[in-house]
Amino acid sequence: MSDMDMGQTAPMTPRGGATRRDFIKGVIAAGAAVSTSAYLFRTSLAGQPAGAGSVERLISITVNGQVRRVDVMKQETLAMTLRYKLGLTGTKLGCDRAECGACTVLVDDVPTYSCSLLTHTLRGRKVQTIEGLAAPDGTLHPVQQGVVAEQGFQCAFCMPGFVMATVGFLKTNPNPTRQELAHGVSGNLCRCQDYDKILTALMHGAELSRRA
Amino acid sequence: MANNYKYIGKNYTTPDLVAKVTGKAKYAEDYRAEGMLFIKLLLSPMPHARVINVDASRALALPGVKGILRASDFPAPPAPPAPPAGQPAPPPPALPPEIALTDEPVYQGEPILAIAAVDETTAADAIDLIQVDYEPLPFVVDPLDSLRPASPNARTQGNVYTGAGPTLKVVDLKWTEADFAAANEGKLPMGEAPDTFVLGDVEEGFKKADLILDETLYSQSTGHQPLETRTAMAYWQNGKLFLHGSTQSVAQTVPNIARMVGVKVEEVVLISEFTGGGFGSKIPGSGSMAIPALMSKKVNAPCMMRITREEEHYIGRARAGMYGRAKIGFRKDGRVVAMDFFTLQDNGPYNPQGDYRSAGSMASLQFQPETYRWRGITVLTNTPPRTSQRSPGGMQMNALIDPIMAQAARKLGIDHVELLKINAPVGKAPYGPIVPATKKQAYVTQANVREALDQGAALFNWQAKKATAGQKRGTKVRGIGVAVGPYTAGSIGFDGIAIVRPDGKVQVQSGIGNLGTESVIDCQRVYAEVLDTPWENFEVVWGNTAKGLPWTCVSAGSQTVHAMTRAAHAAAMDTKKKLQEVAAKALGGNPDSYQVADGRVFSGGRSLSFADAAKKAIELGGKYDGHEVPEDINSFTKSSMKVLAGQGLIGVAKDSYKRDGNTHSFVAGFAEVEVDVETGAWHVVEYAAVADVGTILHPRNLFAQTFGGSMLGMGHAISQKWVYDKQYGVALARRFHHNKPPSIMDIPASVKIDATDIPDPETPVGSRGIGEPPVGAGCGAVAAALVNALGDEAFRRYPMTPDLLLTSIESKTWQHSALTAHI
Repeated sequence: MSDMDMGQTAPMTPRGGATRRDFIKGVIAAGAAVSTSAYLFRTSLAGQPAGAGSVERLISITVNGQVRRVDVMKQETLAMTLRYKLGLTGTKLGCDRAECGACTVLVDDVPTYSCSLLTHTLRGRKVQTIEGLAAPDGTLHPVQQGVVAEQGFQCAFCMPGFVMATVGFLKTNPNPTRQELAHGVSGNLCRCQDYDKILTALMHGAELSRRA
Repeated sequence: MANNYKYIGKNYTTPDLVAKVTGKAKYAEDYRAEGMLFIKLLLSPMPHARVINVDASRALALPGVKGILRASDFPAPPAPPAPPAGQPAPPPPALPPEIALTDEPVYQGEPILAIAAVDETTAADAIDLIQVDYEPLPFVVDPLDSLRPASPNARTQGNVYTGAGPTLKVVDLKWTEADFAAANEGKLPMGEAPDTFVLGDVEEGFKKADLILDETLYSQSTGHQPLETRTAMAYWQNGKLFLHGSTQSVAQTVPNIARMVGVKVEEVVLISEFTGGGFGSKIPGSGSMAIPALMSKKVNAPCMMRITREEEHYIGRARAGMYGRAKIGFRKDGRVVAMDFFTLQDNGPYNPQGDYRSAGSMASLQFQPETYRWRGITVLTNTPPRTSQRSPGGMQMNALIDPIMAQAARKLGIDHVELLKINAPVGKAPYGPIVPATKKQAYVTQANVREALDQGAALFNWQAKKATAGQKRGTKVRGIGVAVGPYTAGSIGFDGIAIVRPDGKVQVQSGIGNLGTESVIDCQRVYAEVLDTPWENFEVVWGNTAKGLPWTCVSAGSQTVHAMTRAAHAAAMDTKKKLQEVAAKALGGNPDSYQVADGRVFSGGRSLSFADAAKKAIELGGKYDGHEVPEDINSFTKSSMKVLAGQGLIGVAKDSYKRDGNTHSFVAGFAEVEVDVETGAWHVVEYAAVADVGTILHPRNLFAQTFGGSMLGMGHAISQKWVYDKQYGVALARRFHHNKPPSIMDIPASVKIDATDIPDPETPVGSRGIGEPPVGAGCGAVAAALVNALGDEAFRRYPMTPDLLLTSIESKTWQHSALTAHI
C-alpha cells in the first residue's frame, strides 16, 4: 500500500538490520499515516503510477524524545510530517516558505524552519516541537512559564515558533540582553505586533530558565 | 483613576493561554476528519477577464480527484424582501455581489474554481490540467488613472460608486484635462466628487487664517496579513454543516455562512476557538469559507482548504489606499479655522468601502475645525478586495494630516502637543456631517484628549526631547512627533448568558471571537464583579456555536469591550436577581434582602450556595432555568437558550442600557525617530502612548493592544506597500518578504504605555474599545517625527523607505510623487 505511489521500481534497502517488512509494520504500529508530499499534503493513492524514488522513504526520527517511524516522500517537509503524519499541529504554517518562522522547531537543539527542511534528511536526528517542551507531568518549560506569567502574545499563532526559537537561542546564550534576545527571535513574525510584551515574556522565560 | 473593582482593571491570566503555549490550541488547519479531502484553487492570471470556457476533463480524470466547484454551484443570493404594495421595487444591486468563485475575475489572483482531491498534490496537479479560456477585459490598478479622460474602468458597469443604501450605484465618471492640471504641480487634482459634507463656510474660514497649508499625500493599500491565513475545513453531518474556520466574530459569522451556503442559521455549527489574527479581514469569517462547505456537500466528504500565503495576498483583504489633499487654515494662535479635505480612495473591485468617509469624519472630530468641507470619491480598481483594516479611514486620516500638523507647528512656532490640545475634541465633542433628523452633528460619549496628551507628554518626556530634536549628531538626526488617533469604540444592544451550575460554578457563554484581543474572556470579568464571586469560580465557554452562545457584536471597530461588558453586566444583573429570588423562595424573606457574594446568596443567617441555588432553579423551572426567556433577546440567543435550558440557574438579558452619544476612543501617540542622513535608514527609538478608553478592563491586554495597534500603524510608514505592474495589472509584492510588516527589530527600544482610566459615563462598566485608535496614532506620530527630523519636504507618500528619504535629503525636497499608487 504505502509504496505504491512511489512507483514500482525502487526496491527499498533494509538498513541497520531491520527488514523492510519490519519497518512497515513499525510504521503502521506507530499510527503514522502512510505516505506523502512537500508543502502540499499527499496521502496514499493506491494504484497511482509515479516516478522512481531515489531516497529511502521509511525513516526514524526522534521527535520529542520518542523514536518515530515515518514513511515520507522525498519532497516532504518536516512541517508536513509533524502536522499531518505525527499529529503535532502545534507547529504552525504561516507562510509555507521561510518568511515568518511560525513553523520553528529545534533540530538537534538548533531553531529551524520546519517548512523548509526535507524530512528525509533528518534520519536519526533529534527534533523538538512545542508539544515536547512541557514535562510529562504537565509542568511547563520555563520559557512557557514566562509567557503565562506575562500574558505574552495575542492571537498566538506565532507563539510556538517564537517559543521554540527562544528555547534554542537560550541554549547558546542563556543570559541575553533584551536586544540580543530580540535579535535571536528576529526570524519570527508576529502580526499582532505584540513584540514588546512578547520580549518581556521571553525575557522572563530566560530568567526562569537560568534559575531552573 | 481609582475604582473599587476587584476584577475589572486587574491583571490575570486568561484561561486559553496554556493551550496556546503548549501547542494544544486548535486553529482551523489543526482539525482532521475521517476521509478528509483537500481543495486547491485555480486563480485568475489576469486582472479583469471573462471566462469563456473551462475544460476540466483531464483534471477530473486524474485518479484521486473527487470534484470541481464553480461559481455556478453557489446558491443564488436571497431575493430582497418584496416592497410594500404600491411601492416601487428596489433597484438592482450596484454590482453583482462578490462570491468566493467567479467567471468574471476582477483582479489577478481571484479564484475561478476549486478542485477537491484525496491530497493537495493531486488537487494541484489537477489544477494544472485545467484549460481556461479567457476574454481579457479593460483594467486599471491605480484609481487616479481611472479618472483621466478616456481611461479604462475596472468594472464593465463603471468606475465610481455614487449614493448610498438604496441609491447606491456605479457610474462612469471621468475628470477633465483641466482638472488634471494640478497634477503638474504635484497636487492632487480635485474634479467632481460624489460625496461631500460641509460645516460652516470654509471660504470665510480661510479668510481668518494666518497660515494656510495645502498638501497632497498618499497612503498606500496594505494587506491585513493575519499570520493564520483563511484556511477552513467543512463537513456535513445529519443535515448540518460543521465548519472549522478562522473568524474574528463567532456568533455573527454563523448567519454569514448560512447566507453564503444557502442554508438556515440553525443548520450551521461553527467551530472557531482560536483565530490567528484578523485585523478586520475576518470580521464575519471569510467568503472563501463557502468553498469547502459547498464542495463538501457536493462530493460528500470532509474538505480542508488550506490557503497559502500568496493566496492570502489575493483573497485576504486589504486596507483601501487613499490620496488625500488637505488645505488647512490656522489662526496664529494655532486654532484650525478652516479645513478643506479631499480624499480619493482606491476601492478595489467590489463593495463600496467607507474608509474615505471615515477619514473625513475623523478629521472633523480630531481637529474640531471652525469651518470644514470634506469631499470624497471612491474609485474601483482591479486590485484585491478591500475591507476595513484596524482604524479604517481613521489611520489614513492620521497619515494624510498629521505631517501637515507637524509642519504647521514649526511654521506657527507652536509646540506640536499644544497645537493638538488647542484643536482637541473635548467632552461630548461633535463630529461628522449634520444629521438630518436633529439638524446637528453627532457627538461622542466622552473625549479626554487633552488629558491624554498631557499624560503622554509627561510619560514621553516631550519637553526634554524637544530641546535636542532636529540636531545632527554625526550622520544621525532625531525628531519627535505626536498624533492622536480617534475612532468609534463601542456598539450597544447585544445579549449575555450565564449559567449557575449545580456544581456551583458559573459558566459564562461568550459569543466573541478569540482573535487575540482576549475580549472573549476579559468582558466576562464583569460577571465576577457583579456577583462578587472569585474569578476561579467562573468558566467561559466560547468558540463553538453548538454550545449555545449569545448574540454578540462583531469584533470589529473596537466595539467589543464596550458592547459586551454592557451585555455581561445586563446578564449578570439578571443572574443576581434570579439568585435572590430563588433564595427567597427556598429560605423565605424578601428577595431584595439577599446579598450575593463569594459563591453564595445570603441574608442574615439564611444562606444558599450557588450549587444549591442552581438545583432549586432547575426545580422551579420557567425563567429560572432558562425555559422561559425575555422577549427582547435576539432570535440567535433564543435558539441557544433551547440548548442550555435546564442546566442550572440561567441569567440571560439584552443590553438595553441608555447611551447619550456615540462611543469613541482616542490614543495619543508620541514617537522619537532617528534617521541616518547618509543612508536614509531610520528607526523609531522611543514610543509612548496614552489611551483614552474609559475604565481599564485588563491592563496588560489594553497596553498590548495599544502598542500592537501603534506598531501596525507604524508599519505603514516603515515598510508596507503594494507594488503593481501597471502594464499587465499583476501584483509584484505578494508575500511577507515583499510587503513586510514590522519585525521585532523594528520596535522602539523604549516603549511606555498608559491610559487615562476615566470611566465613560454612558456605559455601566465605563470601558470602551481600543482596537482602532492606536493605529492612526502610531502612524501619525512617526510621520510627524520624520517631518520634525528632516523638514517639511521630507516625503509626500507612504511608506517612507530609506531610498525615498535619501533622495529627499540629498535634493532638499521630496522626489517621490504622491500621485501614483502601488509603486
